[in-house]
Amino acid sequence: MTKAEIIKAVNEKIGFSKRDSAEIVELVFDTMKETLERGQKIKISGFGNFVVREKRPRIGRNPQTGEEIEISARRVLTFKPSQVLKSALNG
Amino acid sequence: MTKSELIEVVAAKAPNFPKRDVEIIVNTMFDTMTVALQQHERIEIRGFGSFVARERRARDGRNPRTGEKVSVPHKWVPFFTAGKELRERVDNSSHPLAKDTDDDSDEIQAAPRPAAPAISAAPGEAKG
Repeated sequence: MTKAEIIKAVNEKIGFSKRDSAEIVELVFDTMKETLERGQKIKISGFGNFVVREKRPRIGRNPQTGEEIEISARRVLTFKPSQVLKSALNG
Repeated sequence: MTKSELIEVVAAKAPNFPKRDVEIIVNTMFDTMTVALQQHERIEIRGFGSFVARERRARDGRNPRTGEKVSVPHKWVPFFTAGKELRERVDNSSHPLAKDTDDDSDEIQAAPRPAAPAISAAPGEAKG
């Protein structure tokens, strides 16, 4: 499923025009990206939580050469599915 | 940010749409994505990320608290991978990380795990 298919579903299921559906769907993903970029979490009840986490620097190893390299501190995005979503997948 | 706050922000950006319509669309989006994952269909939103349902086969596990044997049934588990654009925007951001003060109360609490040592609490704060 792609963004285009989500737009199509919004258009077909609830009858918003394709243009309106596309505008809002784009705004939703853009807003989520802006929020996460600001380091804030997003909680979608019934779906899951998107959480930004800080990772401390650590020593990694190049698996090819065995060489040790420092993996720098970074910020990563994690998704914790809601219990509702997890149950929905095993209904 | 909660779903209702997301709806507020999107509605503010789209003044020609009543908030009620934005709410219906947002709900339909997440419902549609849930149904796709139920059908084990991969979802790919370019620039944002992808969701997949992965299969976990049945296995024998143990209750880590009691050591008791339990059988863990076969199941499907949702996973998300951030897309390149979002991953880079999150990592390159200089905004301070928002303090995580809420309790994720929409989640059913898992069995408590043994307390992990506090990560660099304010000096002198943790006694004993």
